[in-house]
Amino acid sequence: MNGTQTAGEVMDTPSVETGIVLRTGRMTGSRLLRAYLTEAKYESLRMLRAPAFAIPFLGLPVALYLLFAVLLFGDAMRNDAKAALYTFTGFDVLGVMGPGLFGFGITLAMEREQGLLTLKRALPMPAGASLLAKLLMAMLFGAVVTVTMLAAAPTLGHLPISAGQCLALAAVNILGAMPFCALGMFIGTRMSGKAAPAIANLFYLAMIYLSGILLPMPKSMAAIALVSPAYHLDQLAFRVLGAASQGPAWVHVAILAGVTLALTAISVRRLARVG
Amino acid sequence: MNNECLAELSGVSKRFGKIVALDGLDLEVRRGELLAVLGPNGAGKTTAISLLLGLRQPDSGTARLFGQLPLRVETRRQVGVMMQEVTLAPELRVREHIDLFASYYPDPLSADAAMEMTDTMALRDRPYGKLSSGQKRQAQFAMAICGRPKLLFLDEPTVGLDIQARELMWATLRQLVEEGCSIVLTTHYLEEAESLADRVAVLAKGRMVASGTVSEIRAHVVRKRISCATTLAADEVATWPEVQSVSRDQQRLHITASHAETVVRRLLAADEDLEELEVRRAGLAEAFTELTQEAVS
Repeated sequence: MNGTQTAGEVMDTPSVETGIVLRTGRMTGSRLLRAYLTEAKYESLRMLRAPAFAIPFLGLPVALYLLFAVLLFGDAMRNDAKAALYTFTGFDVLGVMGPGLFGFGITLAMEREQGLLTLKRALPMPAGASLLAKLLMAMLFGAVVTVTMLAAAPTLGHLPISAGQCLALAAVNILGAMPFCALGMFIGTRMSGKAAPAIANLFYLAMIYLSGILLPMPKSMAAIALVSPAYHLDQLAFRVLGAASQGPAWVHVAILAGVTLALTAISVRRLARVG
Repeated sequence: MNNECLAELSGVSKRFGKIVALDGLDLEVRRGELLAVLGPNGAGKTTAISLLLGLRQPDSGTARLFGQLPLRVETRRQVGVMMQEVTLAPELRVREHIDLFASYYPDPLSADAAMEMTDTMALRDRPYGKLSSGQKRQAQFAMAICGRPKLLFLDEPTVGLDIQARELMWATLRQLVEEGCSIVLTTHYLEEAESLADRVAVLAKGRMVASGTVSEIRAHVVRKRISCATTLAADEVATWPEVQSVSRDQQRLHITASHAETVVRRLLAADEDLEELEVRRAGLAEAFTELTQEAVS
């Protein structure tokens, strides 16, 4: 390096692939977009390559659905369209919940604990790229679960679903990953890597049993379900598949959006303050 | 190298509860230099770097990176970082990790170019989780340089490396400095600072106790070391003026003296059969020990 070179000269020198040291600090829009997409690509790839994560969250919902709706209670489902739909949406919502809650929550807690988040704060990672990548990963997993469930329902599950309903359900599932990601982020910003799986499980199991998505709730306890995002997503799934939901759709959408925004705001604030 | 300052701490203090990590520290990194930050454990080296990177805020004083607040993303696009304790996704391959880090920068090296430069091509398709700790450091080094940074922060980069890998990293660091990259390196290995650094900053208890070139730091210690094969008794030599300490191992006598020339003359006069005479100026290690001990006491 020329010792008398000024900062201005350095900035104006064109960049060359062979040079080791950067000549310009400007990031074009396409490079910025590429940074967000690369982060999302590798976040998804790493989760798909982790068998302990990918196999249960991609395979389990459809496997459980087939077990209950085909093997164990196939005959009953054939004669009871409402029960068939109820079982389908229950496992469908279960499939959407897991990747967000666990994939977002546990990974974030581990990354905080293991210094990766600190390193990324020191690097010029675009704002929110890591969080957005986790959201897109959960949406991708949600989409794969939707495809497997939709492949199983009309063929083995004797549940007729139109092409339009398929698309609507895919949209509900993909967007429906957001509140569970927000809940995962809430856990991930507060818990250690060791505690996060236990707490995520606690929320997961509580939501499965207290939302009435798999087992109907006794009337006396039905009100508890109203505070659970899983219940509201289940109601939206019912609606797009042609059944009546309890209460108008916009209420469910508003509650899911509210939960997402509130938990995201609290978590982002904590990440900025505490790390 | 010139005197343009790329990163600077001015009068910075930082406490963690009752512990004073930094106490009115001034530190600057100049364009084109390799600055080695030395100090015993708990001296404040990592805290100083984290303030320069904007990861922590000073209680008082200011931290500047390229004349700006360190947290601005535009500023950080000119910086490469290798941290001491970080765990990366074990499922991703080394090439993929470099590709991800490179995506944060406006005009990075390709992953392959970064691996060639750091001699890590053999690790290209290995999952990060399957690497040894030394190989992980090598991969992290490739990630730190892939953005073609103007300023590189390396926190203990050669810990866990074998001798060959360490020599290779040193060669790459020299090449980077030649190309105009400025480097801040914290290290416990004094020979690393001795071999690479244009300037050394010695920290102890959160303060700068010495700063300068390696020779300037060494000059803080006026003592010299004399060793020779002699039959003279250690007890006798220890009584001579200017002799500070004497020890014997088998045939050789090791003497520390404030004025070596006088002691050498007297040694030669006292023992005509004296052989294998060596006189050595204090190394960085002795200077470092003396400087930090003074600061602590």
